[in-house]
Formats: sequence, C-alpha cells, structure tokens
Amino acid sequence: MARPPTNGKGSGMPLEIAQRVDAQGLSCPMPIVKTAQAVKLMVSGQLLEVLATDAGSSKDFAAWCKTTGNELVESSVEGGVYRFVLRRK
Amino acid sequence: MTAVAEPAMPIVDEPIAAPAPQPAAVPYHEHEAKPRDVLIICYSGELEKVWATIILASTAGAMGVKTRVFATFWGLQPFVKDSRRITGQNWMQKMMSFMQRPGISHRKLSKMNFLGMGPWMMGSLARKYNVASPKDLLAMAQELGVEFLPCQMTMDMYGLKPEDMIEGMAEPVGAATVIGLMAEGSAPLFI
Repeated sequence: MARPPTNGKGSGMPLEIAQRVDAQGLSCPMPIVKTAQAVKLMVSGQLLEVLATDAGSSKDFAAWCKTTGNELVESSVEGGVYRFVLRRK
Repeated sequence: MTAVAEPAMPIVDEPIAAPAPQPAAVPYHEHEAKPRDVLIICYSGELEKVWATIILASTAGAMGVKTRVFATFWGLQPFVKDSRRITGQNWMQKMMSFMQRPGISHRKLSKMNFLGMGPWMMGSLARKYNVASPKDLLAMAQELGVEFLPCQMTMDMYGLKPEDMIEGMAEPVGAATVIGLMAEGSAPLFI
C-alpha cells in the first residue's frame, strides 16, 4: 500500500482523502473522464486519490491539472500503478 | 499650534515580525487565462473517426474546456437514435439509411470493414483493453457538458426529424454559427 500523502511541508501530517477513483485497467480517456466526474461532486480544498494503469496518465494528469486549475499534490508510480493526489480548486 | 504630534513609536517596542506563512504547496496552475473553446466538426460517419471525435470531445469536456461538436454530413448519422432503422421522408432518403444504418453503434470502418468483421474485431479489442465504446463515451461527453449541434441542412437532406436524434442534442444550426464560433476564437478541429 502506498504511503499516505503529506501536506508537502515535511511535517509528515497525512492529509485526508475525501474521494477515490480507481481507474486501473481503463484506457484513455476514461481515467481523466472519471476524475472530472468525481471532482465535480467534491468541494474546494478536498483531496482526490486516483489510481490508474494507463501509461500516458502521468502526463495526462499534469495537463488536466494545468488546464482545470486543480492542484496536483502528488504523482507517483509503483509497480505499473500510477497514483495521483489532486486538490480540488 | 493645535496639532498634537503623535509620539514616535520606539523601535524596541515593535514586535519581531514572524516569517510570512508559506503556502501549503505551490499551485500548479500558473496561468489564470480562460482556455479557448474547442469546436470539433464531426464530418465523417466512419467508426474510427467518430471514435476519435468522441474521445477528444469527452476529454475536452473533462478538462473543463467549453466544447462543441458540430455534426454535419456523414458525421450526423452517429447522432441518430440506434433504434431507428429507416429514416427519411422520400425513397432516396430511406434508401440512404437502408444502405448505411444510422446510430452510433452501427458505424463501419473506412478501411478493412470486411462486411462488419473489422468493426467487430475493433470492438473486441476495445473491450479487451478496456477502451470505452463510442456510445458510452458519448453519454459521458454529454454528462460533462459537451454540446452537440446538429447541422440543419444535413437534417433536411436526410429527412431527419428532431425526434430521430438522440436525447440532449442542441438546436440545429448552420455554417454561420460554426464560422462565428471560430471567428470568436474556438479552436477548430475537422474530423
């Protein structure tokens, strides 16, 4: 299991994940589409965790965050599983 | 002299300024400019091109970009209800729909169609690799706010009525609307 996300200040305080999207096994553009659908139901400041196996997703999620203005808090890959933590704008 | 001189604040009494709090994380979003609208002209009715149109449209919708799809000529056929077999008013329009069945689930490939074997293989491969079908992606694109604008001229030419079209289509429009959107800065894409 991946480690919990921190607040980025090195304090090691885990942040609370409000919503999860499991897009493992799904191809483009489903991880992004499912993420957008999930984010719509969240409130500003909440965190979303996304798991994906699509190899294009690390670039795609960075682009999605840049265009939509949501914050990419964490982006990692472990054993072919991409994990993203996003903060809703 | 009536003005009362304010006593100068002794410097020693001034509180030591605390370091300004750092933002939790630097926002990734560097520009606040509104992204351009996207306008996809869906001109072709073949499976591979309709698929590309719908993948790009649903992604653009998911990215919060205002997205419109103008469905015209062969590209209007995917937006007829799957359940409609024969459409049109006169024999030529009916013949057209007989030769090429309308509906998003009845698309043919432009190359290697092989009497439907090509699309069937595409469909099996898509299912194997978890690629969403055009029909599912179309529903998601609509959910994400993508607007689908049917071409009025094509509807007249094929004898299509609003009730032949899928739910949630926008009002039919013409070429001037499309050019107007482009002139206003929509990023155009012709598929």
